[in-house]
Amino acid sequence: MSTGKPPVIQIRRVTKSYGHGDAVVHALRGPDGPDGTPHGVDLDVAEGDYVAVMGSSGSGKSTLMNILGCLDVPTAGRYLLDGTDVGHLDEGQLALVRNRKIGFVFQSFNLVPRTTALAQVELPLAYAGVRAAERRRRAMAALTLVGLADRAGHKPNQLSGGQQQRVAVARALVTAPAMLLADEPTGNLDSRSTEEVLGLIDGLNARGRTVVMITHEDEVARHAKRVVRLVDGAIVSDVRQTPVDAPPPALAAEVVA
Amino acid sequence: MIAWQMIRFAVGGLAANKVRSALTMLGVLIGVASVILLLAVGNGSSVAVKESITSLGTNSLTVSSAASRGSATAAKKLTVEDAEALASATDAPAVKSVAPVVTTSGTALYGNISYQPGQIVGTYPAYFETANQKIAEGDYFSADDVLNSRKVAVLGSTTAKELFAAEDPIGKRITIGGTPFTVTGVLTAKGSTGFNDPDDVVIAPLPTVQNAFTGFGSVNQILVQASSADTTTEAQSDITRILMGTHALKDPTKVDFRISNQTSLLSARESTTKTFTVLLGAVAAISLLVGGIGITNIMLVTVTERTREIGIRKALGAPRAVILGQFLAESTLLSVIGAGLGVLAGIVGSHFSVVGIKPVVIPESVLGAFAIAVAIGLFFGSYPANRAASLRPIDALRHE
Repeated sequence: MSTGKPPVIQIRRVTKSYGHGDAVVHALRGPDGPDGTPHGVDLDVAEGDYVAVMGSSGSGKSTLMNILGCLDVPTAGRYLLDGTDVGHLDEGQLALVRNRKIGFVFQSFNLVPRTTALAQVELPLAYAGVRAAERRRRAMAALTLVGLADRAGHKPNQLSGGQQQRVAVARALVTAPAMLLADEPTGNLDSRSTEEVLGLIDGLNARGRTVVMITHEDEVARHAKRVVRLVDGAIVSDVRQTPVDAPPPALAAEVVA
Repeated sequence: MIAWQMIRFAVGGLAANKVRSALTMLGVLIGVASVILLLAVGNGSSVAVKESITSLGTNSLTVSSAASRGSATAAKKLTVEDAEALASATDAPAVKSVAPVVTTSGTALYGNISYQPGQIVGTYPAYFETANQKIAEGDYFSADDVLNSRKVAVLGSTTAKELFAAEDPIGKRITIGGTPFTVTGVLTAKGSTGFNDPDDVVIAPLPTVQNAFTGFGSVNQILVQASSADTTTEAQSDITRILMGTHALKDPTKVDFRISNQTSLLSARESTTKTFTVLLGAVAAISLLVGGIGITNIMLVTVTERTREIGIRKALGAPRAVILGQFLAESTLLSVIGAGLGVLAGIVGSHFSVVGIKPVVIPESVLGAFAIAVAIGLFFGSYPANRAASLRPIDALRHE
């Protein structure tokens, strides 16, 4: 299972709880330790891996996703992203980590309203301080990659759901992040758009991008190389479908077909 | 480059809600325009007062009888003899000329036109120079006219216009209180001060007016011209000394007459208009403050409304400072544009006269109002901007 490369994600004994006292809710707890307290979640994700995190609603998968995306901080435990312990970073450094190392794709697209597709994709580059000409060039390249070069001037309300999600994918990959984090990316899409978006993500992974995808659909999870299942805040199964260095299963199937 | 980007985001944010942005700007616009305009009105009235008082002549002194303070010693009225004593005094070099003045009122008739001038003044020819009254047409009456009590009169420009309209008044005969007067001249208009009209006057020789109206008793005032503006104090002490002699007074603290010079009148009126200006400015400043609160209000709404967008931006790696900058730029842009339009409105508005006062724009007030408005945008925008910047990305993203 080990590829010899250092893992992109390394979480150790991570727990997350909300509330205080009797009302405390452990959204992430892992297996119980010998003394009955939560041990916390351990998870490694190797570079180039394609992990689907599955679980029913309330299983803690969104909490895990928020922690992995540095949008939320764990109650306890260590999180190393690309070798950096993000637990020790202040707000400004976390913003930098989100900007440089993580690309987000959300279920509800989360495009900035009233902004053209090109400007959407340029946004993370603008926050990274990239020059305007370079920004434009890279944003156009990303839009071309998702097949929306001809929609660069369109605003979110002029795009279909599938197109909006493809803009979001372009925006997520334009900074060449260490990891693509997708939270139910196909949850709001019809089956054709689902195939398009998943095809894009498969392609990115085939070119070496690490992908962590939250989903509750088996259809979608079939695209991943590894499937992690969460129940009540703990990992209950961790199944590898394809080796890390092989192409994603869906692409491999196409080749065989 | 990041700063430029922030301004672009801010412009986009404002353009998204045009009506709201315009209304917020209107608040600042009204604040700035009213500061500029009201201060200009206050300043305009103070300039007008200053001009009218200096037009009376800064080296003239007015001696008037002091009202008796209820003490046993009844105040002695001023008389023509007092004036003559002042005029003939050899040891008072600071006194240049003296003119006793009686004032009365009455109705003037010319043909079938009847008009009541503001004042009918009986005096000596020296009055014209002392009171800075210049002739526009015809001539002043002479000392000879005074000695012979001739029934002649010089009209102020307002009175002349009311009685004669387009006709030439020189040599015409008017009747005041049954006495016929021949008009010898018309004075140059001095312009209204906003309090009274100095041009609404009829000036005639002292004995003529006394004979016809007031009787040969006391005079209302004695107008004294000092030799120059610098010798008014000296002239004042000369007058005090001479009149104490004629009134047989010993104690200089208990005199029965009062000497006022135009400079003291000027400073008194000036302080009145200054209070007036400060009051107007305060009212305007409050409206500017209200405009600023409008900015805070609308920016808070904007931040709440765009919480999700802030979350997205933060997820994409927007640093706190950039979010702060974006919203501060938005509020400052509102105030800068509002203030700019307000300056424009204030300057345009100051070209119209307000209740008879011609506003005079104070350049400092334009700069000051603009700067304060911009500062208000920054200050009142900082609370909502700070609130936006300190949102946690996860909370902002979950916001519906």
